[in-house]
Amino acid sequence: MTLRDYLLRRLLLIIPTFLGITLITFVVIQLAPGNPAAMKLRMGEQGFLGDEVTTEIVEQTKKLYGLDKPIWARYVIWVRRVVTLDFGDSYKDHRPVLKKIAERLPVTMELNIISIFLVYLIAIPIGVFSAVHQGSRGDRITTIVLFILYSLPNFWVAVLLIMLLGGGDFLDVFPVYGIISSGMEGAPFVNRLLDHLWHLVLPVFCLTYGGFAALSRYQRAGLLEVIRQDYIRTARAKGLPEKLVIFKHALRNSVIPIVTLLGYLLPGMFGGSVIIESIFSIPGMGQLGFEAVLSRDYPVVLAIATISAVLTLLGILLSDLLYVWVDPRISYEAER
Amino acid sequence: MKTKASGRSYRRLVWDQYRRDPVSIVGLVFVLLLFLVALAAPMLAGSRPIIASVDGKISFPVLSDNVHVDWKGKVAKGEAWALFPIVRYGPTDIDLGSHLLPPDGEHLLGTDDRGRDVLSRMIHGSRVSLSVGFVAVSIYAVIGVILGALAGYYGGRADMLISRAIEVMMCFPTFFLILTVLAFLPPSIYNIMVIIGLTGWPGVARLVRGEFLKQRKMDYVTAARALGASDTRIIFYHILPNSLAPVLVSATFGVAGAILVESSLSYLGFGVPPPTPSWGEILSQSKHYIDFAWWLTVFPGVAIFLTVTAYNLVGEGLRDAVDPRLK
Repeated sequence: MTLRDYLLRRLLLIIPTFLGITLITFVVIQLAPGNPAAMKLRMGEQGFLGDEVTTEIVEQTKKLYGLDKPIWARYVIWVRRVVTLDFGDSYKDHRPVLKKIAERLPVTMELNIISIFLVYLIAIPIGVFSAVHQGSRGDRITTIVLFILYSLPNFWVAVLLIMLLGGGDFLDVFPVYGIISSGMEGAPFVNRLLDHLWHLVLPVFCLTYGGFAALSRYQRAGLLEVIRQDYIRTARAKGLPEKLVIFKHALRNSVIPIVTLLGYLLPGMFGGSVIIESIFSIPGMGQLGFEAVLSRDYPVVLAIATISAVLTLLGILLSDLLYVWVDPRISYEAER
Repeated sequence: MKTKASGRSYRRLVWDQYRRDPVSIVGLVFVLLLFLVALAAPMLAGSRPIIASVDGKISFPVLSDNVHVDWKGKVAKGEAWALFPIVRYGPTDIDLGSHLLPPDGEHLLGTDDRGRDVLSRMIHGSRVSLSVGFVAVSIYAVIGVILGALAGYYGGRADMLISRAIEVMMCFPTFFLILTVLAFLPPSIYNIMVIIGLTGWPGVARLVRGEFLKQRKMDYVTAARALGASDTRIIFYHILPNSLAPVLVSATFGVAGAILVESSLSYLGFGVPPPTPSWGEILSQSKHYIDFAWWLTVFPGVAIFLTVTAYNLVGEGLRDAVDPRLK
């Protein structure tokens, strides 16, 4: 199989996966109590009309949304709308869902990109340290510490941090609300930026600490695997200093698979955003999603589920392609 | 001649390997203790006596409170004897007069905003965490094993279909999906179990599929087929027992994960319906009193953390025991 065939196959496989994603969201809509038409009407202003008129309007609305059609036809309609990025209007404020999401996406992206970057920045050296000093006391201590961090529920850590550092009975170091202090609009850019970053410290910490364990373990295992290879023995045999062997020959090869894990990290990151953004009142996609779930704003909920799943799908695809591109030893056949 | 070592069964081998690591043993003991606490919760914390002897008749008010047996009045007057649980408050006994009390000799872990004893609620709350973790993971382990086995054993179209399904599920932010579905359903512990179960299977399925791919070409499978064993028999009696070890390891980590998910859901208000106590629900209350009622935040959090850690330790120990090469 050539690289082009592989690319083509992977791209074609997106289609069934995408259909699967829409199918699941569609099934979830069907779970919603009452039909969407009645729901939409209840949210609208016509709630006080008489029964007859309401029934008529319900029928009209059903027709408008295609609810009078059989279930497979409704699925086709839904998929067609999703493909054209038409997620309808929010029940809450009747604004286009896509627009609402677009407003909230940047903050969430910022949070998650910083977090992922930090996770890698810290986890890779830890993994290298553990692998190089395999079995030492340092290796065991880092393993235990990471293990504890991994087992700490992030929402609990968030609440504890707010309690301890956010101006309760104890210290008042970090802001615990939003992403910028009020009254900063006129301040110089640098001050605003610093204030903004100061707001991000606690949420980013909560999103990051749990990821160290998994990634550094992968890095440790990967490096240990590479160190056993013949070319490392060769490098050592020809008298290269150990530092050079580890950091140039071994590390470079062991980092590739770790970096390509990125795509698989995305769903977990978004799940974390939902809870952390609601706790710290950060106006991102996670908070929007949570509020939408609370107020049963179905179009927003389903759009967020679909969009984040599709973004993850693309992320995974990108990671896999990167993997194949960076490491020519990977055979495309072995993929399966 | 058989050596001593080869006479040990696989289970025995794993156990011998497992118990070498004291940390794994600590984890296992903690998990077992927790199950004991959950099973015996009414005996440990409650307002009704475990055993009462009224007018010469022995009764067990903790099991079924017979209104005809007046243990309350008689015990108070000293006319009858009764053995009470260690914590003499029920998890749902409201006492507004003593709300939000910090921990003291009477309420060891303090009280919540309705004067309910936090220790009692934590003891009874362990039932939610443990049962959700256990049942949810059992559900998805079964789904994952079946789908993974079908995909790995038959390959071809079945594999294509199941692999796509795995990929689809892996793309979804599971926590948000669970939250969404729960928002549509009436709150109940069973819904939580089922939904975590229905969304959690892809990891197990992938694992089992890989194992089956590896094993189906092995000699013992060919031998079984030559003997005329049916596909079902080969899958369930021959290959499955050989690929169960990694599933068990991942299921143990899965229980820890499911407990975290349940407590997060309860924290966000999507957990078990009140007044049933759960650790996440106590934490959820603490939101409103974060400035001073530290005991509402600290204790349930520690309980969740220790439980999750214990399960993860057991998982680690199992992984090393099942496959010592991974160490």
